[in-house]
Amino acid sequence: MKIHEYQAKNLLKKFSVSVPRGEVCFNPQEAAAVAGRLGPPPYVLKAQVHAGGRGKGGGIKVARSLPEVERLAREMIGMTLVTPQTGPEGKVVRRLLVEEGLEIARELYLGVVVDRAVGMPAVMASAEGGVEIEEVARRSPEKILRSHVRPGFGFRPFQARNLAYGLGLGEVGDKAAKLMLALVRAFEEMDASLAEINPLVVTRKGEILALDAKINFDDNALFRHPEIRELRDVEEEEPLEVEASRHSLNYIKLHGNVGCMVNGAGLAMATMDLIQLAGGAPANFLDVGGGATVEQVTSAFRILLSDGSVRAVLINIFGGIMRCDVVAQGVVEAARQMGAKAPMVVRLEGTNVEEGRRILRDSGLNFTVADGMADAARKVVALAKEAK
Amino acid sequence: MSILVNRETRLVVQGITGREGTFHTRQAVAYGTRVVAGVTPGKGGTTVDGIPVFNTVGEAAARTGANASVIFVPPPFAADAILEAADAGIPLVVCITEGIPTLDMVRVQAFLQGGKTRLIGPNCPGIITPGECKIGIMPGSIHTPGPVGVVSRSGTLTYEAVAQLTSRGIGQSTCIGIGGDPIIGTQFVDALDLFGKDPATRGIVLIGEIGGTAEEEAARFIRENVKAPVVAFIAGRTAPPGKRMGHAGAIISGGRGTAGEKVEALRAAGIRVVDSPGSIGEAMAEALASRPA
Repeated sequence: MKIHEYQAKNLLKKFSVSVPRGEVCFNPQEAAAVAGRLGPPPYVLKAQVHAGGRGKGGGIKVARSLPEVERLAREMIGMTLVTPQTGPEGKVVRRLLVEEGLEIARELYLGVVVDRAVGMPAVMASAEGGVEIEEVARRSPEKILRSHVRPGFGFRPFQARNLAYGLGLGEVGDKAAKLMLALVRAFEEMDASLAEINPLVVTRKGEILALDAKINFDDNALFRHPEIRELRDVEEEEPLEVEASRHSLNYIKLHGNVGCMVNGAGLAMATMDLIQLAGGAPANFLDVGGGATVEQVTSAFRILLSDGSVRAVLINIFGGIMRCDVVAQGVVEAARQMGAKAPMVVRLEGTNVEEGRRILRDSGLNFTVADGMADAARKVVALAKEAK
Repeated sequence: MSILVNRETRLVVQGITGREGTFHTRQAVAYGTRVVAGVTPGKGGTTVDGIPVFNTVGEAAARTGANASVIFVPPPFAADAILEAADAGIPLVVCITEGIPTLDMVRVQAFLQGGKTRLIGPNCPGIITPGECKIGIMPGSIHTPGPVGVVSRSGTLTYEAVAQLTSRGIGQSTCIGIGGDPIIGTQFVDALDLFGKDPATRGIVLIGEIGGTAEEEAARFIRENVKAPVVAFIAGRTAPPGKRMGHAGAIISGGRGTAGEKVEALRAAGIRVVDSPGSIGEAMAEALASRPA
């Protein structure tokens, strides 16, 4: 789960990570009022959307007076912000973070992430802040310092000092080490999957604080953090993805026109790949679960067909223990309920497959029964092209 | 022959009285797996289809000689169940549960390090030696005994590959689903090492997907250690970056873990990588034919 920058900063504050003073606001008047409370200018206005690279898209502005805060806030709230991470459609800005402007002496990078290769969290720090860490990693990996959070041992003060002084933080090294320890504690206690401060800044006054903050949470651990679950902003998510998550379905909207419904994540990805290999483009990723039930199949179908760009549908179910006739019944029922008009190609494999295919053929609906995955992909891509 | 499980395997089912646990226990017994015990805290002394249920894994192991465990315990309690099995000295633990918090698995991994327990999964379909022992949720009927080892991060995609092999008359020595989570017990390289040492395994199918670097490590390992022909497929070429594709571990982050990188690494190691998952069986048939045993 992702949250906004201001929410991440509020959480980090509780763990004693210093952040600039500021507040979130939802309209220009509030923005000016917040700025007024912060004291003298300058002020920084930051669009709150779940995407990085905001500066490049005009999502971060500096104001030198209260009227300017109000004017800029009016421009920013409601704007569609396009950044390298939002995709071409962009994201509508609904919230602004208004913060005090700071005199920055240095910008650094600090992040905590689970290092899959060693099976434990890793703290990464770099003297090159403000740029994407992946970029630094590619260009000059030696500029990234790393230290691991060993289970049962944790992340120790000496490790933090090694990183801080390794970054050349000299006089503020001690403060930086404390901040690192706090960030790791936040990461562990909140079951984060990523906690990133980019940039971490040193001000001319010698303060060290998180100028930006990004925290992603492990969805699997949200059950033990109800207060964090409350921070979810569904307006930032694709509506169909939100609907799918209500039915415990994994759905991700893509940009093609071949809708697909598959059981199992690996098979679902492989099906998307096959559609592309056949010259088409998948409209979505949709995993109805390894042991798909009729109810799941029905709601999955509804979500799939709500996407207006879908021209043809591919259903690829490897029945396994689940019976194909039951899956076929679910598909037929859902298609009838939805009044589905798009042509559908169905590939079923597993127990009672003949009976399943018969149910589809006899349904009177627009089903094409395919023999194998590759055949199914070819057929559905051809149908999608015809339907255009 | 086979790896890890066979006719001698004595299985304890953790979470046997739950819906999934009971269902898959029945499937396993029907397949011929020797299910010797079940564990559900508080239900010790009862039975499921005549299988004795114990309160703890330790008691189950002591009383029945169980030497493998399968876990059908809900996510909040699954990490503890793995630790319990390891602490009881069970040498092979297969965790089917999907949705275990990553930091729980970090601690489990640390506990298992250097110990005698091998963990498969979590978030996996399990392991099967066709005709002998089925531990997990895979459909037994699609498998047939034979010379090909299958190792995969996915569930249904594995069934797809196995069905292709079986329909071509190519049987399997053992099939392992290693799981779709970012932190798993048995990696590709562990499975490849075991297959490489199994005289009955004459070919290997490897099914990877986006996220992490396990496929790249597998490529290196195969180049240096595996003589049997390997056919590979990587799922997720069309997956967008930054989106979790169903499996917690299937995510391209920071431009790393793409299918392209993995395919390239595998091909550079001389491994046959098929573009279409529909060609896995065919490619294996060709590989076996060109290199007779």
